[in-house]
Formats: sequence, C-alpha cells, structure tokens
Amino acid sequence: MPAPVKQHASDSEVHIDIDKDVGYNETPVIKIDSNKHDTMNGNGTLAHSKPKPVNISEVVQKARNTFNSGITRPLDWRKKQLKSLLKMYEENKNAMIDALVKDLRRSKTEAILLEVDYLINDLSNTLNNFDEWTKPEQPPKGIVNVLDDVVIYNDPYGVVLVVGAWNYPLQLLLLPMAGAIAAGNVVIVKPSELAVATSQFIAETLPKYLDNDAVLIIEGGPEEMTELLKHKLDYIFYTGGTNVGKIVYAAATKHLTPVTLELGGKSPVYIDNTVDMEVTVKRVLWGKFINVGQTCIAPDYILCSKEVQDKFVEISKNVLKEWYGEDPQKSPDLCRIINNRHFSRLQALVDASKDKIAVGGRYDAQDRFVAPTIVKNVTTSDKIMEDEIFGPILPIVPVENAYEAIQFINSREKPLVLYVFSTNKEVTKKLVENTSSGGMCVNDTVMQMGVDTLPFGGVGNSGIGAYHGKKSFDTFTHKKSCLVRNFAAIGEKLASGRYPPYSDGKLKLISTLMKKRQAPSFTYLPHFIAFALGVGLSYGIFAWQKVASEEL
Amino acid sequence: MPAPVKQHASDSEVHIDIDKDVGYNETPVIKIDSNKHDTMNGNGTLAHSKPKPVNISEVVQKARNTFNSGITRPLDWRKKQLKSLLKMYEENKNAMIDALVKDLRRSKTEAILLEVDYLINDLSNTLNNFDEWTKPEQPPKGIVNVLDDVVIYNDPYGVVLVVGAWNYPLQLLLLPMAGAIAAGNVVIVKPSELAVATSQFIAETLPKYLDNDAVLIIEGGPEEMTELLKHKLDYIFYTGGTNVGKIVYAAATKHLTPVTLELGGKSPVYIDNTVDMEVTVKRVLWGKFINVGQTCIAPDYILCSKEVQDKFVEISKNVLKEWYGEDPQKSPDLCRIINNRHFSRLQALVDASKDKIAVGGRYDAQDRFVAPTIVKNVTTSDKIMEDEIFGPILPIVPVENAYEAIQFINSRDHPLVLYLFSKQRKIHKLFTEQTRSGSLCVNDTIMFYSVDTLPFGGVGNSGIGAYHGKKSFDTFTHKKSCLVRNFAAIGEKLASGRYPPYSDGKLKLISTLMKKRQAPSFTYLPHFIAFALGVGLSYGIFAWQKVASEEL
Repeated sequence: MPAPVKQHASDSEVHIDIDKDVGYNETPVIKIDSNKHDTMNGNGTLAHSKPKPVNISEVVQKARNTFNSGITRPLDWRKKQLKSLLKMYEENKNAMIDALVKDLRRSKTEAILLEVDYLINDLSNTLNNFDEWTKPEQPPKGIVNVLDDVVIYNDPYGVVLVVGAWNYPLQLLLLPMAGAIAAGNVVIVKPSELAVATSQFIAETLPKYLDNDAVLIIEGGPEEMTELLKHKLDYIFYTGGTNVGKIVYAAATKHLTPVTLELGGKSPVYIDNTVDMEVTVKRVLWGKFINVGQTCIAPDYILCSKEVQDKFVEISKNVLKEWYGEDPQKSPDLCRIINNRHFSRLQALVDASKDKIAVGGRYDAQDRFVAPTIVKNVTTSDKIMEDEIFGPILPIVPVENAYEAIQFINSREKPLVLYVFSTNKEVTKKLVENTSSGGMCVNDTVMQMGVDTLPFGGVGNSGIGAYHGKKSFDTFTHKKSCLVRNFAAIGEKLASGRYPPYSDGKLKLISTLMKKRQAPSFTYLPHFIAFALGVGLSYGIFAWQKVASEEL
Repeated sequence: MPAPVKQHASDSEVHIDIDKDVGYNETPVIKIDSNKHDTMNGNGTLAHSKPKPVNISEVVQKARNTFNSGITRPLDWRKKQLKSLLKMYEENKNAMIDALVKDLRRSKTEAILLEVDYLINDLSNTLNNFDEWTKPEQPPKGIVNVLDDVVIYNDPYGVVLVVGAWNYPLQLLLLPMAGAIAAGNVVIVKPSELAVATSQFIAETLPKYLDNDAVLIIEGGPEEMTELLKHKLDYIFYTGGTNVGKIVYAAATKHLTPVTLELGGKSPVYIDNTVDMEVTVKRVLWGKFINVGQTCIAPDYILCSKEVQDKFVEISKNVLKEWYGEDPQKSPDLCRIINNRHFSRLQALVDASKDKIAVGGRYDAQDRFVAPTIVKNVTTSDKIMEDEIFGPILPIVPVENAYEAIQFINSRDHPLVLYLFSKQRKIHKLFTEQTRSGSLCVNDTIMFYSVDTLPFGGVGNSGIGAYHGKKSFDTFTHKKSCLVRNFAAIGEKLASGRYPPYSDGKLKLISTLMKKRQAPSFTYLPHFIAFALGVGLSYGIFAWQKVASEEL
C-alpha cells in the first residue's frame, strides 16, 4: 500500500516511486520528485525512440543466475573480459567520438582526452596490476597467531548496478563497470537516457565484446530506474545529481545494499595574489570550459580579492579570444548544452546575472549555445550561488583574504573538489586543514583526475565512497577476513585457558598471552640482511682472493 | 506533512518515526515498527529510571560547535584523549566488571577477556600506531606527476554518532568511539538502554576522563534514537539487529550520511569428519556459550553429517559437565539472559524444539536462565532456523556433504561469520570461494575477532562496512585526495597541449604524455642499494687495509 506523499509543486520531471516490496514487512515508501536542480542524471523522459521494452525483473534474475553459476569469479575470465573491453575501446574510437559529437557536440580532443584515452589508461592500469590487486592479502600477524594463517580474501559482492551520467556518458559508466568486472561481479549498466547517441552506442557495441550473461544493459530513464531499484542488488554505484542520489540511497536501504554515490556540488576556487596569474587563468578557464562546464569537478565559482578579480578578468579576455576567437559560437572547440531544459536553466542564470557580467553573456537557444561567461562581484544572495552551475558561467565572489574564503566554504555544503591557487605554503596548509571536500587540487584544475593512485569521490553532499585505480577494484570487493587455525596440541594447550570452569590463574595466563605489545618493527630487516649479505660476500671474496694469492 | 503509513500489526515495541525535516524538500517519511526478532538493540523502552532529560538538539548543536572550533583536529589532543581513555579502562576495571555482573551476570573471566582486556589491547594498538596511521599518505605517482606532490590527507568526518548494543555493552560502544576520536571527530555515543548498569557507568565515568565538549553521551532508547536520527550527522556507526539497522540506514539517507552497520545473522558452522572432534567440540561450545550465546559472532547452527552429529553430541555431554557441572544453573560461569522479553523468546524456541533436544533444554524464568542446549536433526522448517538465536541453543542440521552445506548456506542471507572445521585444504578452498560471509574462521570460533589486522564486519544482511585495528581509524576518516602542482615553466609547457584551439598535433603530444605504461617495479631497489652499499663499504675497508698494510 503506497502512502500518499505531498506532491512537490515545481516543474518536476522525474517521478521515482519506490513501492512496497512484499519481501520486507515495513518498507519505507519513497516517492520523490526530483526538482529542477538535479543537473547530472535521471531527469527528463527518454528522448529517443524507446528501445524494445525489457522486462527488468527478468534481467535482474538473469544477472543473479549468472552470478550464482560462478562464471564471473575465475581470474582468467575477468582478465579476458577486460582485455576484450580494451579492444572495444581501441576498435571503436571513431564511433565513440561520433556519439559524443551527436550528444554534446564534443570536440575530438576533449572526446579523446577526457573519455576514450582516459578509459584506456585506467583499464591498462587495471590490467597491469590485476594479479597484484586480486591476490588475497596476508596482513601482518601478532605473536599469538604465529601458528595460524591470517588472510583477507577479495570477494565480489554479486550483482552490481552501475548508473552513468550524461555529461561524460562513456567514462562515468564504463570506468566503474570495468572495476566491477575486475572484482568478479555481474554488472547491470544503465547509461544515461539524456545522452541518446552514447546510450545507443553502448547498447549496440558492448554486447559484441563482453559476456552477455555477465554484463547486462538496461537503457531507459526514471521509469526503468525506479523499477530497477525495487530489486535486490548487491551494490549500487551511482553518478549523478544530489537529489536523485538521495533517492537512490534511500532505495538501497530496503535491501541493505551498500552504495557509492558520485554526486556534485559547487566546487570553489580560491586564488591569492602570489600566483602566476597568466597560468592560473588558463588552468581555471580550461577546467571550467571543457564540456562547456558540464563537468562535476569543474570549478564552480572563484573566491579572491577584488584586485585578483580584476587581473583575472583582464587576462581572461585575452585567453578566451586566443582560445575561441572573436565569436566563440564559431569555435569548433566548445561543446553545446545537453538539452533544452538545461539550456533554459543556464539562460535564466545568465539573465539573472546581467548587471555583473564581465565577459561573455551571449546565448543562442536554437544552437543550445552559451558563451563562456564570467560574472564579477557576485554575492551569496545572487541566484547563481544557489546551485551547482554545470555550465560555462564562472562567478567571482570577492573576499578579503584566505580566512574569509575558508569561512565562506565552510558555511556551505562540502564540495566535491576544492581548488587552491597560491605559492604560499602557509595558505595552502590552512585550506587543507580547515576545510572539508572530496578532494583537493592545488594550482591546477581537473588534473587530479589523471592520477590513478588518488581515489576520487565526494564527502557529505558531494557523495559517498570513491573510485579510480585500485580503489575501483576495492569498491566492488568485499574484504573477507579469514583466520585459519589448526588442531596442533600446543595451540590448543595455550588457548585452553579460555574454557570454563574459569579461574583467576587461567585468566591471567590467557590475558598475558593476548596482551598487545609494541612489536619491534621489522620493516628495515630485509635491508639490513641485504647489507649484511653484501658485507659477507665481499669479505668472502677478499678472503678467497687472499688465500688464492698466498697460494701463488 | 508526514504521510500515513500502514501500521504493522505485530507485537512491536519500537516505533522509530523519522519525521519530515524542513531542510530537505521531500524527505522520505519513515515509520517502522521493529518486530520481535531484532535481537541486539533498540527494542524495549528504557528499563531504569530515565536520566535527566537532555535536549538532543542542543547536544547535537554543541557537538557541531565543538567540531567547528577545531579542537578535535590536532594530533596531540587526540592522543591525550586516547591516553586518558586508556587510563579510564585501567582505573575502572572493577567498576566495569560490576556493571556487567548487574546487566548480564557476566563472569569475571568473560568480562575481562571479551571486554576490558579487549578494549585495552585495541587502544594500545591504536596508540602504538597512531603516528603512522594519521600521517598523510603519499601514494606512488607516475612519470607525468614527477614535478607534483600527490597526497592523501586523513580528514575527520565531523560529528559522528556511535550506537552501542547491549550484549557487549562496553566493547561495542567504546571501541568504535576510540576510532572516531583517533580520527579527529566529535563523538556522540548512545549506550544501549537495555544494559542499564553499563549505560549508567558510561554516563558517569566517561565525562571524568574525556573532553566533555568533544565526547557527548546520550542515554536512552528508541525515543532518543529517533530524535537523534532527525539531525544531520556526518557519520553513523550502528551495532545492533538487522531490522533497526535498516531504519538507521534509511534515516541516514536524508542527509547523505555514510554509515557502518554492524548487524547479525545466523552464522553457520560446518564440520566434516577429518577433524579432531574433542578440540572441535570445545571450540564450538566455547564460542556458543560465552555470554550464553548473546554474541553476534556466536556459532548459530551446525551443518554436519549424521555421524559427526552423533559424535559431537556425545562429546558435548562430557565437555558441558566438565565445564558447568551437573547443574549448569549453579555454575558461576554462565551469564543470564538480558531481559524477560528475550527470555520468553528463547523459552519459546526451546519449547518448539522439545522433541529434538539432545542436551540441556531446561530454563528458569525467575532467574532468566537457559541451560546450554543442543538440538538434533533440525530441518529448515523448524522454528529455530528462522532467525538469529542469540541464546544458548545450538541446533544441528544434518547434511550429506560439503556441497550440500554450501547450498544450504547460499540459500540464506549472507552470515556475519562462517565457521568451518576441517583438515582438508580443498574443503577450505571450496568454502572460501563458493560462499559469502562477513568473515571466515577455520577450525576455531570467535578468535578471528582478536586479530587486529583483520577488519571485522558483515556483508549483505549482516552489515555494511568494517572496523578493528587500523580499519577503525580509516572508517571514521575521509581520505582527501590532493594533487599539488606548481607554476614551473616546464610543467605548463608540457601540459599546454590541453588548451584550445585544439589540433591533432597537440592532442597527440598530450595523449602520449598521459599514456599509461607498465612502470618498472622499484620494490626491491632499496634492498639492492643496501646490498651494493655492503659490497662497496667492504671493498673500501679492504682497500684501506691493503694500503695501510703496504705502508707498514
């Protein structure tokens, strides 16, 4: 019996209704309208002709059967799938670029650098380290367990759902999918329905390369998503906006499903007056205008002094002219806004900022084009500071100093990334220690994504969990701790103090045995042994030489 | 406007009602009655006289203010708190034993081994490794980032809620609390209201040792819990039953709060015929009857062949007589059931198993005593196989072989632990690979819990997340990835291929630069250097000796 819940009066398009499930007696009824600010995912109905209707229950059941059959567990099988995926990337570069052109009018450079190459590099890294990552870990053990084996196994969760977003429709879907496969899971992938061409590309191409029983594709929008979330899944990996993220999280609780939520937020940039301003401007504008700002880690707004603001704006004018020419609409390097709804949202933001625009400000509804725009002297009360911008508009909020910037940042939700530009180590340290954000990047933007040893993810409203590199593998892996003992008489004798009838003597014995002591560190023992070996060997050789020479 | 939700008609006692919150426009309304099977936590109203009413909003606000003030961040402060906590353990051993006697008639041996010593050992381990764990990590970086710093900082989440359980009312509350403090958080602890004396002990003693602004105690039951969960918290760590666990999880989604849920489940034991049966029986019964089975990692039921069943029962009779004497009710070593509700639940289970009882079967309502009981020839349809037993009743379910046991296990929810007794490596491998559980312990019970390098936690219905040892610290830490670049001309030059106007030449350059290559492994380089140093040094000494001797 679904409960009536107050209807949200806004111009909502999503209506995810998670119904009661028979299996759990008091399932929370969740029925939430996403509001207009959900920028990344799941909003809007399916824009292209609906794919042949799939029975989602059947797909989930099939996924469950595949996992139960055990075929996804052997390491060889996983490696084969991953290699085949790599082949898919290599063989379909042009098709991928084409899909991105259709969906976002993405330039070749951005398509290759930010999606295709990025996927290839991450997967190569996974394959290079696959044997290492998948090996059961043998953590150090104390003196009590010398006779035992202590192992941590890498178990797959089972059936994993990966939900992609439209802004980087390949990367944000296929990168976590690869992690899930590497970890031995069966994966159900749901591409974003808003990136129509890419969704179609995935639905058509992936099955040619991957095991169709183990990687299942569900195309569709909120309706399909709602249906999917009713089922028991073993892990949910969602990339998208915060509001739908909350719905997904709430749905996951029904079956106690763990989640990774890669959400967004307004990522600030703080710039002080110690920087190389020319380089700073380029690095900020590049991070902002790739994919015309439709990037979850794009710098959202700048905090700096009025002086810095003026310099930034001046240099920006030249840089933008150099990059996109006199009429940026004619530049082949600027993407377009994904759909009309988002265009209108951005148009409204530009209009609301009219009086404060320092650069740009033009838009063209026909072409879904919004020019790179910088807005000056913005204050907290301005509309543009309400939600994640997710478009090519860059507001500058003047602050007096780093302290004020920190206060400003801490008064808002925790961002996905905090960008700091300063050559003053003290300032950097202040920001590192006194703010909280998913990640940080100092003196550049977006490039932190290129470091595979840095886990990527949000905190607070910007998300839960992380991935990239080994962390992608670990995200989809349950670390199963294991102690293996044996029946040796000595072990039984030592531990028999635990059995009743209890006595103070027995307690003392076992308590002493279990006591935690500061263990001597053996970290440098191998080095010491190697050194001693070197000395020993040399000595041996000299001794032998001596004997040999004496014999002469 | 809270929505009306269907009322659950059962004998529910908990009524956690998470109301709408003004902050989030479409908060899911959660109103769930826990049912009678929630064994570990939050069920029942406050049994002792209510503590002076606290204003929970004020407590949470105070916690928030403390965190914002920054006092919990300095490592010295954290260490001081942890050392003071250690002092609290050392100075209050008797008081802790007394509280456990009052709540559970716990014997001194079990109080010391399973709670007091356990807490001391874990905390000593944390203090021994504190500097190491809290240091920012510097992960390896590729050739592209040689000029950059790559760091992962350990950020506290902020305000953390730790909810304890009544069965190990000290350990399950204070161990995660210590982890949260070590990570620099402000902690709100809620002891279980069912362990009355211990809750009181904590409320009275903790404030004498820890900073009262940074560690806040809220005593109470479902009412207080419900109120607490309405507030925004930055992390929730809950130990208890699966049903309340789901409620806590659902409540956490409102503010996108990450959680650790330490839940329960029916942990199976498989025994084959290759074992040392005497030792096996002792290890299983010990794990089952400590705290008279009120242990989340207690063996819940046994799977074995009929032959093994008979041997197990025979030996059990002797072992139990040896441990607890002719009348176990007179043994000082057996705990009592926590309250009448749980006693009735267990009484019903014994009564329902009447025809199949092989050992024990007595109970005494007055004394809340249930004798160690073994039930033979149990089948899936028996009442005792429905839910986690959480008492001193051990059913044996006959199966033909290991394969049947695996099928049996896989047909149910993932258990918290799987116990396996066998000398055959191939059986170990079979179970390890083909079943899923939070942890696995071979040829013993409970002891895996004391290995500090093994993370402890469930999977599926037995929980989300893990702790113990370093993992406790990591659980309460947000790993903040950070890339630090500089303005050096060479770095800017190399990366400038990313800027528009784009060209194939620039793309090729940057693409080549970012390409992932199999890096040569430098793991053994330090050893090689040490060896070379040894050789070099020896050579030097010999050369010097030679010169010196020639000079003579």
